[in-house]
Amino acid sequence: MEKTNERPAEFLQRDRSVHPPAYTPDYKTSVLRSPKNALISLQNSLSEITGPVFRRDELGPLDNDLIRNYAKDGLPIGERIIVHGYVRDEAGRPVRNALVEVWQANAGGRYRHKKDQYIAPIDPNFGGCGRMLTDDNGYYFYRTIKPGPYPWRNRVNDWRPSHIHYSLSGSGWAQRLITQMYFEGDPLIATCPILRSINNEEAIRGLIAPLDRHAAVQFDALAYRFDMVLRGSRATLFENHLQGAQ
Amino acid sequence: MLNQLNHLKETASQTAGPYVHIGLAPNQAGFDIFEKNFANVLTGPATKGERIRIEGRVIDGSGTPLRDVLLEIWQANAAGRYQHPADLQAKDVDEDFRGWGRACSDFETGVYRFDTIKPGPVTGRNGREMAPHINLWIVARGINIGLNTRMYFSDEAERNAKDPVLNLIEWEVRRKTLVAQREELNDEVVYRFDIRIQGEDETVFFDI
Repeated sequence: MEKTNERPAEFLQRDRSVHPPAYTPDYKTSVLRSPKNALISLQNSLSEITGPVFRRDELGPLDNDLIRNYAKDGLPIGERIIVHGYVRDEAGRPVRNALVEVWQANAGGRYRHKKDQYIAPIDPNFGGCGRMLTDDNGYYFYRTIKPGPYPWRNRVNDWRPSHIHYSLSGSGWAQRLITQMYFEGDPLIATCPILRSINNEEAIRGLIAPLDRHAAVQFDALAYRFDMVLRGSRATLFENHLQGAQ
Repeated sequence: MLNQLNHLKETASQTAGPYVHIGLAPNQAGFDIFEKNFANVLTGPATKGERIRIEGRVIDGSGTPLRDVLLEIWQANAAGRYQHPADLQAKDVDEDFRGWGRACSDFETGVYRFDTIKPGPVTGRNGREMAPHINLWIVARGINIGLNTRMYFSDEAERNAKDPVLNLIEWEVRRKTLVAQREELNDEVVYRFDIRIQGEDETVFFDI
């Protein structure tokens, strides 16, 4: 499979201002799970610019269809939606063959997970996970049920906005990213301590998917558009000492 | 007024949350959905190199193991080459080794485990050899952005002493947090690697 970056070029420095810091006390679990020491910065070597390569034959034909990939005796209940978008790097180039993995709660906000005890019921026809590889344009799409909000034990009355979790594996280890996508117009977005762990309004807006009427399928499914950006690599290759070339 | 270059900004990270298993390891969440699952065994019968097991726990600032953590590793093959088109080192490729795996800690004990091979040394920047190492990435509830670290090997003391990344760590006392201890148990080679996120003997984490 072709990867975005087949030349040994180092990635651009991660701009930490768009990311949440490790220690964000309003999100209580971060208090004991954040390092006290500063991170130690490395110049990239082969260990950071390379990363796992995934193949299409590792995925099943329904892996990107969450409406059908766990359906047992009928369709899952809830709002039928398509989510689609492009994965690009910071220079705007498509990230090809990126592994995109998603997981989410069902329409009532209940996760299919041993540890989720929320009273909203499991949907017998909904699993809640999917995965796909981006194409040559960096494009991905999947079909699912819009997840519901759910309560969690942070402050006593905290509720997560509706969201879909994303995991992205690009061409290099340094691009590895996990994030969450939210839905345009959800009033819970304003008060979520996890989303507000990011101190950058533009970066928060980047996680909110707008409704995309143009991609909706008539009498079938609405659509949301969610583009993502992974780290870019250096544009020039002069003085590249990554592998000892002088 | 300065003109700005219109580079895009990287998408912001968010925590993987407590139910990360649903998406990345559904069997661990308690259900079966995909035909092929990504796993913590990196070796097949034809993979070249010394079989090793990596085992440990990830521990929070109170000394409690994380029981909901997910780890991934990325490593070179036994010859010290990565299975990736950007690795142009003149070393043997091993088609039976991708070099990547994913593991979850046990919900009761917090122990994680990988079955892999010991990697060879990789050429680093400016031609300096890096000691054999495994790149690790850790996500969990409470971790807002994945933590990157490296695992080195206790039986490679000579190479470790010259490793350009270990030597970047100005506090010599912190370097040992990256060295896994070799043990031999009934013909099995096990490297024990506990990761302390916060507090005493806090593991070194990198901005890579």
